[in-house]
Amino acid sequence: MTKALEISGLKKTYRGGLQALKGLDLTVNEGDFYALLGPNGAGKSTTIGVVSSLVNKTEGSVKVFGYDLDSQLADVKRCIGLVPQEFNFNQFETVLQIVVNQAGYYGVSRTLAKERAEKYLTQLGLWEKRNDPARTLSGGMKRRLMIARALLHEPKLLILDEPTAGVDIELRRSMWDYLTQINGQGITIILTTHYLEEAETLCRNIGIIDKGRIIENTSMKALLSKLNIETFVLDLDPYDGHPTLDGFTMRELDNHTLEVDVPKERGLNRVFEQLSAQGLKVLSMRNKANRLEELFVDLVEQGRNQKESVE
Amino acid sequence: MSNPMNLTALRTIWIKECTRFLRIWVQTLVPPAITMTLYFIIFGNLIGQRIGEMDGVSYMEFIVPGLIMMSVITNAYSNVASSFFSAKFQRNIEEMLVAPVSTLTIILGYVGGGVARSLIVAVVVTIVASFFVPLNIQHFWLIVVTVVLTATLFALAGLINAVFAKTFDDISIIPTFVLTPLTYLGGVFYSISLLPEFWQVVSKANPIIYMVNAFRYGFIGVSDINAYVALGVLVLFNIAFGALAWLLLNRGIGIRS
Repeated sequence: MTKALEISGLKKTYRGGLQALKGLDLTVNEGDFYALLGPNGAGKSTTIGVVSSLVNKTEGSVKVFGYDLDSQLADVKRCIGLVPQEFNFNQFETVLQIVVNQAGYYGVSRTLAKERAEKYLTQLGLWEKRNDPARTLSGGMKRRLMIARALLHEPKLLILDEPTAGVDIELRRSMWDYLTQINGQGITIILTTHYLEEAETLCRNIGIIDKGRIIENTSMKALLSKLNIETFVLDLDPYDGHPTLDGFTMRELDNHTLEVDVPKERGLNRVFEQLSAQGLKVLSMRNKANRLEELFVDLVEQGRNQKESVE
Repeated sequence: MSNPMNLTALRTIWIKECTRFLRIWVQTLVPPAITMTLYFIIFGNLIGQRIGEMDGVSYMEFIVPGLIMMSVITNAYSNVASSFFSAKFQRNIEEMLVAPVSTLTIILGYVGGGVARSLIVAVVVTIVASFFVPLNIQHFWLIVVTVVLTATLFALAGLINAVFAKTFDDISIIPTFVLTPLTYLGGVFYSISLLPEFWQVVSKANPIIYMVNAFRYGFIGVSDINAYVALGVLVLFNIAFGALAWLLLNRGIGIRS
């Protein structure tokens, strides 16, 4: 399978001595929808910065669709569309000027750029705003403008650095649909996000980065299968006394809410059976926390503990 | 390596730059016309009448080339310095850095924008001047070459200033403390032959002397310095500043982490 991105031994030390990347290895296959997760300061944005040539690397190699970042920089750049974390367009230019100019930097003629601008701005609901200065757009529109801008030269790899930060739920979901749609058309997508639900919904594979190293690189399915215990919150008809659940750890929050830790091998049926036998009726149920969030916290903590014990 | 010359990208940067200064024409094109009108009225007309002739022409006629050159220098410099620094400040310089745009293309695009603005200003100021004094043109092509080389040099200087600048104050320090004194001491308002011999030698270390004199020679056919020596000096300065700008941008100074 063609590799969309191959990073090996990537190191970055900033002026002042901060070592942001400490030998990072990462591979993303063509067509993938890949999530890069990590706590603040883990090295996600530095990694993206190096790949998109905004940050000079200290050591290591980066290849994009087989093109080497050091010796085939122009080819690497043509393959990538970047949606950065912060708004980085000229706020005084119009929406159309911003996207057409960006296409021009990639060598796309003005006529073709205008055709593509209509296509992508329409798809992202911005065509009506094409003659408005960018500063007049809402936060969500500005995010979509950056996606349109990144697509104008039709890249094979789209990198999004927290694309839905500060975007309302409805808009976020419409952006998810759009990204899923373009991934379906063959564009490889790498996404960093703090919304773990976003990664779980969209991405097939995932890398977790902490302190400049990848601590987990696997499929979403394999990662979630590592989750052995899930905590559920059950809303019951109000009851008297204290219910019991053999084989489960349980906490009573009040006289109609239970919090139950359910090991995967036991399953939920046994919880319902026992509650039913005690005459208790379950009205509704929800996960206490996002499943991926629990795993993410565990993995980052494990990684740090291992590192401390080695040191 | 990026393609050393991406013409579509070059055209895009140049159009973007021209659109920028034309969009804010009240800030970019009108002030030089007003300032120069005041110079012509006060120095040329009122004070100039008492001074009489300089280098065989009226004082007004003598200062016109220098004043045009002063507008060219200021506008070429400030256009590129403020535009490039704004692009850094708003981070939209990244739009170019992530694309296959070579360092040379970026330099030519920005410098081209600065040169375009300063040439428009030069034409405006020349038209204003023609209301005060009949303009003689002795060497048309010398005027064109000198003005283009001067505009290019100061556009490059503005770019270098913007590369190092970290705040908006940093792009006003050089014009205030270096450019303005050099311009005023660059023979705009006087012939250096009026100075004692020692100060004539010192004045020749000021690059603006060469530009003003070559330009004046194009208009009135009189110069303190051989016009072709002046052109040679201008070419050398352009090469040096161009190489420095290329080196800085290629290394990512001020624009890449």
